[in-house]
Amino acid sequence: MSGGVVVEGRDLVVVLGGQKVLDVPSFTVREGEVMMIIGPNGSGKTTLLLTLALLLKPASGTVLYRGQPIAGTKLVLHQRRKLAVVFQEPLLLNSSVTDNVTLGLKLRGVPHEEIKRRAEKWLDRFGILPLAKRQARLLSGGEAKRTSLARAFALEPEVLFLDEPFMALDSPTRQGLFDDFESVLRETKTTVLMVTHDRDEATILGDRVAVIIEGEVRQVGTPESVFDTPVDEAVAAFVKIRNVLRT
Amino acid sequence: MHLIYEGIRNAVHLLFSGDPEVIRITLLSLGVSLLATCISLVIGIFSGTVLGLTRFWGRRFLVSLINTGMGAPPVVVGLLVSVFLWRTGPLGILRLMYTPWAIIIAQCIISLPIIMGFTMASIQALDPKLRLQIQALGASRAQMLWILVRDTRLPLLAAVMAGFGSIISEVGAAMMVGGNIAGETRVLTTAIVLYNSKGEFGMAIALGIILMALVYAVNLILTMVQQRSRAR
Repeated sequence: MSGGVVVEGRDLVVVLGGQKVLDVPSFTVREGEVMMIIGPNGSGKTTLLLTLALLLKPASGTVLYRGQPIAGTKLVLHQRRKLAVVFQEPLLLNSSVTDNVTLGLKLRGVPHEEIKRRAEKWLDRFGILPLAKRQARLLSGGEAKRTSLARAFALEPEVLFLDEPFMALDSPTRQGLFDDFESVLRETKTTVLMVTHDRDEATILGDRVAVIIEGEVRQVGTPESVFDTPVDEAVAAFVKIRNVLRT
Repeated sequence: MHLIYEGIRNAVHLLFSGDPEVIRITLLSLGVSLLATCISLVIGIFSGTVLGLTRFWGRRFLVSLINTGMGAPPVVVGLLVSVFLWRTGPLGILRLMYTPWAIIIAQCIISLPIIMGFTMASIQALDPKLRLQIQALGASRAQMLWILVRDTRLPLLAAVMAGFGSIISEVGAAMMVGGNIAGETRVLTTAIVLYNSKGEFGMAIALGIILMALVYAVNLILTMVQQRSRAR
């Protein structure tokens, strides 16, 4: 069940290469909810995710966590250490699986014993404990994705940001990983903001879905409301509603 | 053939008799080149990483200078350092000309672009999103730089090998700024040139064997470290 607002974007404008790529007057993610962002390629989904994850500075506007505006190097770093981000690619470092999973914890100054406990717990939870000592860059695609998810969950983040984490996996691997991820999500009740192209992912995981088209959030609502009653033709075209009732 | 045979026989004798001149030249050569490599590493890895990560006006020009510097002839570097360190030169007051420090400065200038260039290329070869991932894990800017450098340790070890190799074996700059003074600035390469010109092939061959052995030993150690990291 969703609670108060954890992360909020206010009047966010992002300009890249001299071009406005994101213009979002208001966007919120509530405590414990899974917010899915969908939209066509290049619509600004990842840009919104990176901006709210404090990895991209907007040209104007504010990102707030629990009502507090986050600005300035110290505050941004402090807040980033409460978050976790999983990208499309696993982006693992040239070291062991364990080293990768524990790096964020070390950077956050978590005590050694706690690091060990969490690493074992999450490696086990994602079924990669036997690979703990393996060189991370020698893992298969599925194993690498599991490592990146274990690394994120080990941080026990206030908000978990995911940018199409199940892309580029074959169907059985993807399904297995998705099932594990869903079960972990239900168990931990982590607040999630996730970008996806997959309508099924959005429907199964999402408490709410936001549709972004051409840098603007066109609709936010439950998966059913977005997919059954899109607010305009562009959203309808994207969610593949074929019959639009004109009034 | 007799000349070569005699040369090698003398070399073996000098190597195993613990000749003080040979030991002095070897230690000075090793000390000067290792110190120059270490100084270049500290400056080169930091500046190469920053150059690999940042974009600023004039960066391309700077990169082209570094790339040119990677192939800079040691005699030109020697000339440049001589002009600066000469008694009437801008840094003449430091009285470093014809001292081991002059050789160290020249060798740093030779190896610095090589280490900077290798570092920059290694950093640029990384997935740009890796920086974002490291930041997302909670790294400060300094921590991110350190993690990136650590992640590129294999190519950086190649940079160390290339940097050390370029200076332990160079002769032009060491001769020009060191002066090849016996007991003070005579290093392996300048000594080989000297003994060769005097026809003392035994000594020249002995020093040549030592030079090759040193280069091999240092590279063997670095290769073992590199391959061990790779296998992990």
